[in-house]
Parts: sequence; structure tokens; C-alpha cells
Amino acid sequence: MEDNPTSWFMRVTVGLLFLFLLAPVLLVFPISFSGDRVLAFPPSSWSLRWYEALLGNSVMMRAFLTSLGLAAVVTVLSLIIAIPASYAIVRLKVRGSEFLFNLFTAPLLLPTIVLGLAILMIFASAGLLATFTGLVIGHLVITLPYALRVLSVSLGNLSLACEEAASSLGAKPLIVFRKVTLPMMAPGIVAATALCFLVSFDEVVITLFLTGPRMTTLPVELFHHVESQADPLVASVSVLLILMTIAVVMIVDRTMGLTKAFVK
Amino acid sequence: MTTATFDLAADVPKRSSAAGIAVVLLLPIALVNAIGFILPVLNLARMSFNEALPGGGIAETLTAANWTGLLQDRFYLDLIVNSVAVSLGITLATLLASYPIALYLHRASGAWRTFLTVLVISPLLTSAVVRTYGWIALLAEQGPVANVIAAMGFQPPRMMFNTTGVVIGLTEILMPYMILSLMAGFGRLDPKVEEAARTLGATPFRTFWRVILPLTLPGIALGCLLCFVLAISSFITPKLMGGGRVFLLATEIYDQAIVTLNWPLAATLSMLVLIIFGAALAVYSRVLRMIDQG
Repeated sequence: MEDNPTSWFMRVTVGLLFLFLLAPVLLVFPISFSGDRVLAFPPSSWSLRWYEALLGNSVMMRAFLTSLGLAAVVTVLSLIIAIPASYAIVRLKVRGSEFLFNLFTAPLLLPTIVLGLAILMIFASAGLLATFTGLVIGHLVITLPYALRVLSVSLGNLSLACEEAASSLGAKPLIVFRKVTLPMMAPGIVAATALCFLVSFDEVVITLFLTGPRMTTLPVELFHHVESQADPLVASVSVLLILMTIAVVMIVDRTMGLTKAFVK
Repeated sequence: MTTATFDLAADVPKRSSAAGIAVVLLLPIALVNAIGFILPVLNLARMSFNEALPGGGIAETLTAANWTGLLQDRFYLDLIVNSVAVSLGITLATLLASYPIALYLHRASGAWRTFLTVLVISPLLTSAVVRTYGWIALLAEQGPVANVIAAMGFQPPRMMFNTTGVVIGLTEILMPYMILSLMAGFGRLDPKVEEAARTLGATPFRTFWRVILPLTLPGIALGCLLCFVLAISSFITPKLMGGGRVFLLATEIYDQAIVTLNWPLAATLSMLVLIIFGAALAVYSRVLRMIDQG
């Protein structure tokens, strides 16, 4: 490859395309340290004023706390609901389990704009709009498919030998599940936790339909902010969001390997 | 079934209790699925046959007026054609920008490959709002891209609040999906085949056109399907970068639902997006069959 004349051309092309791919994410870092009043790059001066502005912005801070609480509740519920479901589908192999798996992961096939509108219409008559309960259910609709998929793959890859050994030694099914199956599923559970948390924390389109002035999340608040004004405040929030994502991804990478969790 | 009854007789109590347990284990997920997915989608389909009353009211009727009205209204016909055309353009741009990266990644190995794959996936984990915001900063008047173009001696075009900006932003946002789809399809690409073509005297261009490209067509088809479907239903980027001047299906659905409060029309437009999804899927499976037959 080294003596191939197209090789360096290919490398430059790939390098430029990577720059294109990463440019918008990389750009928010310098912008967040801007000293300017409006969004501009490169900034004319540097400061921490937009991080201070963020801490002093009660709407953003409240939205951040809502998002954090929402993502935590949604993640815990997703695990509580999806772990038994994956066990029933993979281990008990109930009749039509393949159909059920497809049905329960089907919400991911719908565009979020359509799903969001559909949920809005039902929730409006049920009085669930701009409520925490409504947001939890709305997020569960899209986190459960991810959780079910990751947990089913993880459970399907486990050999039955240990569980069979435990039950032939007289352990009751529930004990086998708690002491053998669940610990062996740990990497899958960590991946599902991270994925559900990130999906819920980042969700914006469905949430946009379900929030209101009374109850809003950080991505929705960011959306409205970008829609109405262009200042570096969003950059400082973005940097914190990106750092949080990196932290979550590193936890997953440590426990099971990033490429395994997301590519396959 | 009757012959098997005998053999299974001993198993019956165990089986039925397993089925009972399964029902209990599956009940919560089925409940969320029913409340948050099946019921809303059925209701959405039903809503598209209701009549919108002035002021956001809805009359429970069974009329096809929304559908026929949509197909007779010049604005909506243009909107549909424009959405499909822009989405196809974005898909093509995404393919052209992603193919070299995917090919490079396919040939790379070891830690370098893992590192680059992480770089490709990382934007996927970043909120679309954040990435769109980055593009707004990049493409603004007097922004870095405009400055580079001006430094080269050209008049920078308007790239914000028009279709150009939406296409650039969405191309970048959809690239990770395309790259991952292409890489999944590149499994058939054996370096030995390329080498063989090269040793037999084919130029690099000819090797690409006659050997590499045909072998990677399934990956290209998958990536294009995925990107088209994601482009036509994307909302955040067109809404923020279009500045209310770019009209696409997804932004119109939102405006009708939230601003105009015409839910029957919003529902009809949503069903139309699903129909376009179905059409894209049909084209995809047809293309796959054509590739298989050579």
C-alpha cells in the first residue's frame, strides 16, 4: 500500500472527512470558553462567563435536574421490566417469542416525530402531558426496546451449563436466577443501564411533544434556547453533556468493550 | 398434535406453569407497549380520518377529506416532493462522504481501527441539538466556513436558514449510521480479490469500479435505506437550521400538531411518512434482489 500513489490521496480524503464528521462536536469546546455576548467563532476573548451564566440560569438547572431524575427512574424501571421479559423470551421460549420480541422492539422502527405525535394525542386525553409520569412512560417506550435487545443478546450468549448444574444440585429456579443467571448477565446489564440512561437523557423529539412550561427536560430546553437565540450558553451545556457521555461510555468500555456493546 | 399428547402428558403441568410464569414476566413490557405504542399508533391512524374544526376542535367522523385535501393542495404536493428530493440528496451526500471512511476503516487493523471506530460512533452518542448547534456556529455569516471560502477569494454563499445548511448538517449527523452500515456490508470484500485484480493489470480506478464497488453494493443499499428513512423523518436539524424557511414533512407535522393545532392533518402527514417508509423498504428489497441476481 505504501508505494501506491492513491494511498496518500485516500489518507488526506479520509482525514478531511473525519474533520467534517467531528467538527461540530469539537467546535463547542472553544466556544464554551468564549467571552463574547453572541455566538461567534473564533471568539474575540476568552472567559468562563458562560459556565457562570449556566450555574445562574435557574430554568436550565431545573431542567438538568429533571433530566437526571427522569433518566435515573427510566433506567431502573427499564431494567426491572426488561430483565424478566428477556428471561421469558430467551430462556422460557414461550410460544411466539420471536413475534413478541419483534413487537416489543417495534417502537424503534417508527420515526420519533410520528411516535411523539401519537403519544401526545393519547396522553392529552389522559391528562399525562407535562407530568413526570407521562415523561417516564414516553421514555420507557423507546428505552425498553434497547434494554430488551441488549439483555436478550447477553442472555442468549450465556451457556446453560451453570444454571443446569445449580438446579440439578437442588437450587430452586428463583435461587438459580438470582445466584447464577443474574451475576452472569452483569456485563449486559451494565450496557443496558448505560444505553437506557443515555437514550433517556438525550431524548428530545418525543419529549418535545410531552413537555410544557411546567415540566421540561434539558435537551428540550436546549432546543428552545437554540431556536430563540444564538449565544455561547448552549456550548457550555454541551461540553458538560459530552463529558458526561464520555464518562458513561468509559464505564461501558471497562466492563464489556465499546465495540461489542454498540456495533454488534 | 394428538399423537404427541401422550409423550407430553408428563410435561403438561410443568409447561403450563412455565407459560403462567412467562405471562407474569411479560405483562409489564406488554402493558408499556400497549399504552405507549399500539394504542397511540392505532389512534393516530384513526385520527387521520377525523375532521378538523376551526380553533383546534376535532369532529369524530370517518372522512377521507384530509387525504384528498392533501393530494389536491399545491403546497402539500410541493412539500412531499421537496421532502423526498432533499432526503435523497442528503442520502447521496452521506454515501459519498462515508464511503472512503468505511473503506479505510475496513482495511485498518488493531488499535488504530478501534480508535477510529470509536471516533465514528462518538457523534452518535452526542445529542442532535448539540451537533446542530455546532453547525449553526460553523455555517453562520462571518463564521469559520464562510471565512475560509472568503479567504480563497470566493463570495461565501448563504448557508444558514436555507436548504443548504439543512443538507450539510444532516449529512454529517447521518454519517455514523452510513459508515456502520457500509462496514457491516464490507464483509464480502476480501483484500485478495483486490490484489488479484491489481496483479492482473487493472488500474486502481478500474479495480474500484469493477471489483470493490459491486461487492459492496449490499452495504450501500442498507446504508442508503437507513439514511433516507432517517433524513425524511428528521426534525431537530431542519427546524433549527431552516429557521422556519425550510418546509419539510417532519417540521410540518410538528407545526400542525403544536402551532396550528390541526391534529387530523398532522396525523395524516404522519401516516404519509409511514407510507413513504414502506415504499423505501419495497425499493430496498427490490434492489437487493437485483444485486443478488447480478
